[in-house]
Amino acid sequence: MRQQFTSLEAHGFESPTTESAFSSSSSISSSSSASDRRLKALARHFVDSSPVPAAVMDSHSQNPNDTVSPSPTSSAFHADSVFAHLVRAPEDPILGVTVAYNKDPSPIKLNLGVGAYRTEEGKPLVLNVVRQAEQQLVNDRSRVKEYLPIVGLAEYNKLSAKLILGADSPAIQENRVTTVQCLSGTGSLRVGGEFLARHYHQLTIYIPLPTWGNHPKIFTLAGLSVKTYRYYDPATRGLDFQGLLEDLGSAPSGAIVLLHACAHNPTGVDPTIQQWEQIRQLMRSKALLPFFDSAYQGFASGSLDADAQPVRMFVGDGGECLVAQSYAKNMGLYGERVGALSIVCKSADVASRVESQLKLVIRPMYSSPPIHGASIVAAILKDRNLYTEWTIELKAMADRIISMRQQLFDALRARGTPGDWSHIIKQIGMFTFTGLNSEQVAFMTREYHIYMTSDGRISMAGLSSRTVPHLADAIHAAVTSFA
Amino acid sequence: MKPKPRINIIMWGFMGSRLTSSTRCMSTSTKALSRFGWWDRVSPAAKDPITGVTEAFLADTNPHKINLGVGAYRDDEGKPVVLQCVRNAEAKIAGCDFMESNATAVGSKLVEESAKLAYGKDANVVKEGAFAGLQALSGTGACRLFAEFQRRFHPESPIYFPDPTWSNHPNIWRDAQVPVRTFQYYHPVSKGLNFAALMDDIKNAPDASFFLLHPCAHNPTGVDPTVEQWREISYQFKEKSHFPFFDVAYQGFASGDLDMDAQAIRIFLEDGHLIGCAQSFAKNMGLYGHRVGCLSVLCADAKQAVAVKSQLQQIARAMYSNPPIHGLLLVSTILSDPETKALWVKEVKVMANRIQQMRSTLRESLEKLASPLNWEHITNQVGMFCFSGLTADQVDRLVREFHIYLTRDGRMSMAGVTTSNVSYLANAIHEVTRYNREASNVC
Repeated sequence: MRQQFTSLEAHGFESPTTESAFSSSSSISSSSSASDRRLKALARHFVDSSPVPAAVMDSHSQNPNDTVSPSPTSSAFHADSVFAHLVRAPEDPILGVTVAYNKDPSPIKLNLGVGAYRTEEGKPLVLNVVRQAEQQLVNDRSRVKEYLPIVGLAEYNKLSAKLILGADSPAIQENRVTTVQCLSGTGSLRVGGEFLARHYHQLTIYIPLPTWGNHPKIFTLAGLSVKTYRYYDPATRGLDFQGLLEDLGSAPSGAIVLLHACAHNPTGVDPTIQQWEQIRQLMRSKALLPFFDSAYQGFASGSLDADAQPVRMFVGDGGECLVAQSYAKNMGLYGERVGALSIVCKSADVASRVESQLKLVIRPMYSSPPIHGASIVAAILKDRNLYTEWTIELKAMADRIISMRQQLFDALRARGTPGDWSHIIKQIGMFTFTGLNSEQVAFMTREYHIYMTSDGRISMAGLSSRTVPHLADAIHAAVTSFA
Repeated sequence: MKPKPRINIIMWGFMGSRLTSSTRCMSTSTKALSRFGWWDRVSPAAKDPITGVTEAFLADTNPHKINLGVGAYRDDEGKPVVLQCVRNAEAKIAGCDFMESNATAVGSKLVEESAKLAYGKDANVVKEGAFAGLQALSGTGACRLFAEFQRRFHPESPIYFPDPTWSNHPNIWRDAQVPVRTFQYYHPVSKGLNFAALMDDIKNAPDASFFLLHPCAHNPTGVDPTVEQWREISYQFKEKSHFPFFDVAYQGFASGDLDMDAQAIRIFLEDGHLIGCAQSFAKNMGLYGHRVGCLSVLCADAKQAVAVKSQLQQIARAMYSNPPIHGLLLVSTILSDPETKALWVKEVKVMANRIQQMRSTLRESLEKLASPLNWEHITNQVGMFCFSGLTADQVDRLVREFHIYLTRDGRMSMAGVTTSNVSYLANAIHEVTRYNREASNVC
């Protein structure tokens, strides 16, 4: 099984300090130039040497004579950088795919890297409801750009909680949920992680194997230690349910468990509802704390409620959990960084105290969240017509992806490509874990100009009816060339 | 992995193990879960001293109330302002087809324009690209990125803040696990700069220490070094090989002139320092809620800049990935279109002038009331804030009796003062200070 993420060091996470780096940084204290030294030598002749504290003395600055100093324009002083010892961090593997794609001059190329939706024409999509909401905002001259509160736009927070937990959720009605606006899914995960590292007693988080490449980095930097639980079964290209139950079953009591609410990234493999129920029972019996990452609500099946089922099951049993929401995909607001972190607590009093502590995490990070994206989301969610229109546009996006899955599956079958490709239509959401190995992937990039992450993950959103044949050809060639 | 404070770990461990043994036979009914709440021990956090003021202000129903808390500009009617240049930019970009591949381009444009603004458009460092620049979540976000970066590559080094400084600075560096120190800055008796003490502290700090400097309109005191003093500070920094980090939150607000307000930075640049710089567009473009800023770190050459930038991007990626595109688009649209930029420059001057006006008027009013105290500092201090010298008790009285809201260190946001409330304010200040002889000596 290929690891979805290699060691953190390979990602440049640890700060490498190489020998060559240190030699250049050691020149900091002896960086005066020739003219600097001449001026100082001159100064010594003019003035009595006044005692200088030993700590300040070094070989070249014997007498800080204020009346003779290098002219600012003499360019006598060139500091060496205190960061000269840095090495260049490796490219983020996912974003790096798009960088490579952009560099490719070939007229026929396909970007199946980043999980951003594309239309049939291969273009990014700004939803109609988003355009309408944005126009509304611009036209409203009474709107101002003042700081949001630290927890963000109140209206937006309430609407977001309802969206994921359900409008009739008892947790909401009992005021047991605190929701804070954060910067998309990433920001919500980071704030949640930092909060847990400060206030929770079990500082280990279990993440599925594989998972989104940024997960381990976010949680590690937040101060948690990261372990994994088995998830994907390369043999079936489906869920390793036994392995999952075993690993969660042997986790220490109270450990945090990261769960993808739906449309698992990168595999597209989700537990069934029955399996979710078993997971829930196991976790509650071991007092494991669920932390949901909900990045694709509505995008997976086309139904917002269906995609929220796993989260609602857990909240429905009265227990506590964390939920990170993102509107990047389901509202196409990628660049606006709109998300929310909800923490479901035992009581309203606890929820209120938790909220006050969340503010202490946020304030020294970026003070308060950005206003624009959240305003758009709130405008859409609270308006019946816009909301309905949104659900229709959302279903259209989900349907197009489901259609691409079917077309790719049919195309591979038509070519008689060796292997069982049914996982393409069984997996759900934006990504397909093809099962291709890195050699095959490299071949496809080289020969067919198809860009994807080396773990064999493809973004179905990057496909169109027009380009499916090209991809099918490439897969066929890769599989038959490298068995 | 950085060590995090572990509160009550022993207590929790004990409770955890008790739970394990007793839950083995438990059903999954909610009754079983109700005994144990993970967050029961979470204590309520103290309110943020600055945003807490606004919260209290909003809750007050008194018609005479004044908010002198947060540093957000208000017009003479006491209303928040959306600059015309911002509205123009917004009309341009509203509903436009934004391609994700442009995100990098927009970010780069913003960084380029921000660097020109801080360093001067003809600065060598800009022309040669010898700096690592990254768009950031306003000033706070830029500071936090740098603090995390400093910690990663100089893990032993503390940061030195002026005493006093913006209340969030220590939180930012502390959350990045960087030890915090201070250097003397404000002189409570003169209500000006304690230059001799400042220079001493710079000299006595260990070589190659990291210092945070406010290049203009110091927050909270409004006290800035003179140009000559900046030159001396820069020279001493050279002697000590200190790292200068500038928090540029008010460029344009001090004098009304963007270049003049950047003088301290330019002096350091001329002197060859490789500085770091956090820029915010919250105040000078009125984009508070959009969270737009820029972090730049000067490097020896463009190659090193690539390495530094890649490391900064990694830090940002694990925190929030990128700042929101809307704000970045607004700023880069304004700065790169000559007409819109010219309009912006005018609007900044208008804001700065109004504040200077309010300073004069407030001081005159207090003098006319025959206040026993010296109020020169109101017009000597610069930028959005006046460090009034009021004691915490006096501030409490202003809040309680007069519904005037400010932070308990006596910092008043002059942006909250208007021609219609300045007399009320002067009278209130006079009331709480007229009988208190000590007020003239206390900070």
